Amino acid sequence: LAHGSGGKATQTLVEAVFLEAFRNPLLAPLEDGAILPFDGPLGTGRLAFTTDSYVVSPLFFPGGDIGDLAVNGTVNDLAMCGARPRYLSAGFILEEGFPVEDLRRVVASMAQAAAAAKVEIVTGDTKVVQRGRADGCYITTTGVGLVERPVTLSAGAARPGDAVLVSGPIGAHGAAIMLARGDFEIEAPIASDTAPLHEIVAGLLDAVPGQVRTLRDATRGGLATVLNEVAAASGVAVVLEEAAVPVRPEVTGVCELLGLDPLYVACEGRFVAVVDGGHAERALDALRAHPLGAEAAIVGTVAAEPAALVLLRTGVGGTRVVDVLVGDPLPRIC
Amino acid sequence: MTTLKRVDVHVEGIVQGVGFRPFVYCLANRLGLAGRVHNDVNGVHIEVEGALAGVEEFLTALERDAPALSEIERVTVVSGEPAGHSGFTIAASDPAGPGRALVSADTATCDGCLRELADPGDRRHRYPFVNCTDCGPRFTIVRGVPYDRPLTTMAGFGMCEDCAREYHDPADRRFHAQPTCCPACGPRLRLRDARGTELCGDPVACAATLLRAGRVVAVKGLGGYHLAVTASDERAVAALRGRKHREEKPFAVMVADLRQARRLCEIDDSAAALLTGRARPVVLLPRRSGAAVAPSVAPGNRSLGIMLPYTALHHLLLAELAEPMVLTSGNVSDEPIAYEDADALTRLGGIADAFLTHDRPIHTRADDSVVRPLAGGVTVLRRARGYAPEPLALRRTVRRPVLACGAELKSTFCLALGRRAFVSQHLGDLENHDTLRAFTDGIEHFCGLFGIRPEVVAYDPHPDYLSTRHALEIAGVDHVAVQHHHAHIASCLADNGDRGPVIGVAFDGLGHGPDGTLWGGEFLRADLTGYERLGHLAQVPMPGGVAAIRQPWRMAAAYLRDEHPGLAVAERNADHWADVLRLAAGGLNSPLTSSAGRLFDAVSALLGIRDRISYEGQAAIELEQRADPAETGVYPAEVTGAGPLVVQSGDLVRAAAADLAAGVDSGVIAGRFHNGLAAVVTRACAAIRQSTGLTAVALSGGVFQNALLLERTAERLRAAGFRVLTHVRVPPNDGGLSLGQAAVAAAQDGA
Ligand SMILES: [Fe+3]
Ligand SMILES: [Mg+2]
Ligand SMILES: [Zn+2]
Ligand SMILES: [Zn+2]
Repeated sequence: LAHGSGGKATQTLVEAVFLEAFRNPLLAPLEDGAILPFDGPLGTGRLAFTTDSYVVSPLFFPGGDIGDLAVNGTVNDLAMCGARPRYLSAGFILEEGFPVEDLRRVVASMAQAAAAAKVEIVTGDTKVVQRGRADGCYITTTGVGLVERPVTLSAGAARPGDAVLVSGPIGAHGAAIMLARGDFEIEAPIASDTAPLHEIVAGLLDAVPGQVRTLRDATRGGLATVLNEVAAASGVAVVLEEAAVPVRPEVTGVCELLGLDPLYVACEGRFVAVVDGGHAERALDALRAHPLGAEAAIVGTVAAEPAALVLLRTGVGGTRVVDVLVGDPLPRIC
Repeated sequence: MTTLKRVDVHVEGIVQGVGFRPFVYCLANRLGLAGRVHNDVNGVHIEVEGALAGVEEFLTALERDAPALSEIERVTVVSGEPAGHSGFTIAASDPAGPGRALVSADTATCDGCLRELADPGDRRHRYPFVNCTDCGPRFTIVRGVPYDRPLTTMAGFGMCEDCAREYHDPADRRFHAQPTCCPACGPRLRLRDARGTELCGDPVACAATLLRAGRVVAVKGLGGYHLAVTASDERAVAALRGRKHREEKPFAVMVADLRQARRLCEIDDSAAALLTGRARPVVLLPRRSGAAVAPSVAPGNRSLGIMLPYTALHHLLLAELAEPMVLTSGNVSDEPIAYEDADALTRLGGIADAFLTHDRPIHTRADDSVVRPLAGGVTVLRRARGYAPEPLALRRTVRRPVLACGAELKSTFCLALGRRAFVSQHLGDLENHDTLRAFTDGIEHFCGLFGIRPEVVAYDPHPDYLSTRHALEIAGVDHVAVQHHHAHIASCLADNGDRGPVIGVAFDGLGHGPDGTLWGGEFLRADLTGYERLGHLAQVPMPGGVAAIRQPWRMAAAYLRDEHPGLAVAERNADHWADVLRLAAGGLNSPLTSSAGRLFDAVSALLGIRDRISYEGQAAIELEQRADPAETGVYPAEVTGAGPLVVQSGDLVRAAAADLAAGVDSGVIAGRFHNGLAAVVTRACAAIRQSTGLTAVALSGGVFQNALLLERTAERLRAAGFRVLTHVRVPPNDGGLSLGQAAVAAAQDGA
């Protein structure tokens, strides 16, 4: 197995192994979560249901730790389904010898993140494995939320003429993690952008009802990977304007040092919205009205051709193909 | 009574659109033979009968005196009973069946047409589109086969009576010259301003006036638009660089004739032959001291890229200007060259002050080819206009049709069928969407032109190449992955018609290695079916992956670490030196590589030549340009290990650092580095010869575009008793990769 950087290798693995074995209509679209319609004696409605595992190194980094990441990540997957997150479960796999103080720290930040997101952690599980069989601490969170609006959001719903928005500057989480991994001299005040997104999403959905086609949080693989998923699922082209993509200068600086393209760097508190082109400005205003969206931007448009490709219009007027990476970024220059 | 003889002759090769039928007609008439000739989809078919001696002379002369542009690949002769033909006729083309006749490359204006161009009495006097069966546009105007006017971009120009008469007269130089035309019926030249408004006056004279005034003029050529400025005008050249966003990559210069060329460059007989040949490539030549060329034309280079005019329009413009002009591709930065009129106006509107353009559409984009003469040969650096799409002959027959998708940068593709390989013109960097489209459309166009439907598709195993993605999306074919450096060596074998096995020395920037590291300084035992890695340059980390390519100083850091305190390169990059060393040590986005290109980068940065690059290969190119060719000193480097051998390339870098600290001149250091690498390559090959018995070495990969390294390495190898194969017809860089992939896929498919 190749290391999962959220690229094409992981995608292929998921499609070849899991989708093949578990095939059913709810799983098939491979969205961030599944929407479960219920119809019983107590009423009808729709539940959103999602799960995610968190393996991050280091466990503690500027702006957060694995604990709030595990809460916010699952909260955000529910938010991307258009749901109000309600309940979470938490499963821990701990390596023998993992310091109890560290565990307390992680759990405390989970509690804090849950309170901030107004969700409750209502069930859980803990396993301890032999030293060397795990890397400190892994967390799996599962979440349930209520879909309270008549929305149908899907990566496959983008249409030519739609606008593509991002909720804020990209790449801060990944850059913070990378910096924390090395002991660098570069001085860059970069903190992870981890944050719960359901409130800003609710504001957006209410501001342009029925006009939001797709919501995706730009986690592993970054903005480029998410947009490729949208382009492939919708059979459309996504055309980005390089100059419009918000990136903080300190993130750009770290990416230059490390040789990374910010378009591929993970965020934990940023999302992409594909919105009807005629409602783009309104949607932008709604995002900017929330503190997490102060630097939101319209970054591109959806076009019919070339299908299933993401293009980046560069400053000098060129058009670059932004492909999905197979694994870790490998130089292609001969 | 004389003996009568009748033969049916079938001629294959480049025999259409080159005046082959009129040649046959004239030959038959001269020998008093009867019969007929016509084009069919596979070439030219001739029925000829008459006196035995005449028929025999006919068959001899057919190959001996064939027209200049033709290239006969095969002649099949079948004897038969005389049919009693009276006279010799040219019959209509037979368009049935699969189209396999060959389309020739675009060809420089011939002497006959030049005489007409200059003759005030001729009806084509000063007509910029004069051409005939011996010259003119071909590949760039062909939409489909058979090659006839309706399937070219000349279809929209109805011939006038005079032109039609010439076109239908078998004795005329323009018999069936598809793009023939004249001022009465053909394309018209116009000069427009940047908004597209037509400017009045003689377009050529006005364009020359603008150039003399320091303006940038876009000129529509055969394969696309160029941007022109007066070559001696520093302000104009610098302005062009600024507007094009091309900081330092050298510009080509077009000169009127050899006489003008000799004022700029050292030109020997082989250079003169390349300059005046019908392909008219850009030829890289040693610049004369004091050459009247602005410094911004080719900064950091001792050589200059020169070409001679290849269309009548170029001839007219240069005659009017009366001095050399920069003629560089019409694009911004690394975009593909503009070739459609509306698109050119949009994309070049911010660069050019005026457009010298016309209404004959270009169907296929083709850049200028670039070559460099070499002791006893030539290296093709970019194979495009004037060469593509002419096929390369293969040694063995390909069983099932092959498509090879090439690499990512300097992209080409290759179609192979029978004993022919059709390598596309240079396309560029596939990451660029226009180039990617040219790649996918081009594959379809070539399949149609040559009647090939691929059943085997070869590709590079690099997972992120867009060519790989395209290859894998083709359904219903067999896919064959060909390792990058194996493809380089196979390309050199196919280029030389050699079957191997050889010791393949593949030196390039980098390519995907099956062990997950990046290869690029490889010693392979290779033939067309397979390879084994028997040695490589020592691996070093590339701190920050692509950042290490853009910033060669990082490679100096990776090689030297903290071992040489006080190095100027470390001081210049003090801000990030320590962080880059940590990156390298921690392995964070720092893949290991055995790349020879990165070794050149390290030395180039160490010597203060290039810390950062603005075009691919710049640091290595400028290191070669800096090297003192008279230097004979040799840095030592160890060869260690056995399976595989490891060339301790770091020894060379450390020796260079020590000399630098001792105050040795950078040209001398660069010379000793080149010599040292050539010497250690030879020793590694000698060690491999001992264990394998192989006595031939193939040199390939982009690093062998370096003429100094190539010549020094080949000399030493020959002195050590090796047979040395170098590239002849395709580039050693990734532009030649598709040919190698096709050769491997075909060999594995079993002939
Ligand atoms: Fe290569
Ligand atoms: Mg998730
Ligand atoms: Zn001619
Ligand atoms: Zn005419």
